[in-house]
Amino acid sequence: MTKVGVVLFPGSNCEQDVVEAVTRLGGEACLLWHGDRSVGDVDAVVVPGGFAHGDYLRPGAIARFSPVMAAVAKFAGDGGPVVGICNGFQVLTEAGLLPGALQKNRGLKFLCTTVDLRVESTDSALTCEAESGSILRIPINHFEGNYTCSPETLAELRAEDRIVLRYVSNPNGAMDDIAGVCSAGRNVVGLMPHPERACDDLLGSSDGQPLLRSLLSAARVSSPRG
Amino acid sequence: MRFSVVVEVQLRAGVADPQGATIERSLPHLGFDGVNGVRVGKCIRFDIESADEASARREVDEMCARFLTNPVIEDSTVRIEELVS
Repeated sequence: MTKVGVVLFPGSNCEQDVVEAVTRLGGEACLLWHGDRSVGDVDAVVVPGGFAHGDYLRPGAIARFSPVMAAVAKFAGDGGPVVGICNGFQVLTEAGLLPGALQKNRGLKFLCTTVDLRVESTDSALTCEAESGSILRIPINHFEGNYTCSPETLAELRAEDRIVLRYVSNPNGAMDDIAGVCSAGRNVVGLMPHPERACDDLLGSSDGQPLLRSLLSAARVSSPRG
Repeated sequence: MRFSVVVEVQLRAGVADPQGATIERSLPHLGFDGVNGVRVGKCIRFDIESADEASARREVDEMCARFLTNPVIEDSTVRIEELVS
């Protein structure tokens, strides 16, 4: 069974939602404590949302030095799928596993709503089973989700088709309506919206399913166990 | 030797600063005209024990690069003063 490790920092608060969503989609999930120096035998890693280490200094600034992050970087370097959701996206940018940074929202408001996302690229660990151009309704829940990078980085992301998800209507001022980007190897993906909270019609949307199903499928492909 | 350190962290030139922009728009309403270029940053103060000022500065610069700032969007200015006991 495809095994997904969900990183738990002091202050994470979306890890159980990810565990639940992965399990419902037929995967196996386990928690990885931030103090662990290994990711064990997982086939994929999710860095979930929340306020890792209280978001002190900057979101992700302290979390990137947690021991588990060296193991996550090694796993990503070896081609393993890694997804950062919300605070997890902030952690991955601070760790240098994804380009850019997440700034305070343009309107200086904490945003808690549901937005439309457009799947821009299906060539990534989080979108390989989604439909290109499809619109997904997914919740957002953040204060620092305003994606920013240098003009050079933006040009590179566009040229390499690494902007995987865009907001249909930009809620936070993110550059080029960016909701999610991937690494040059396309195995590391970060996004501000929460697909794990949109995995059951009972909760208003199941549009997160194609994204997490993509992750499970990418994990099966890259798994050493086949 | 002990030094007193002030690290001022600011958003890099060109990076949008919604807080600074809001403050700048508010000031004329309070009767303060002619203010522009408002930027909001943060200030981190601490003391450090080091052999001399140059080595203290090297250490603080490394702290800024690795931890105190996010070089993608932030710059820092460092002020160091010897503490006389």
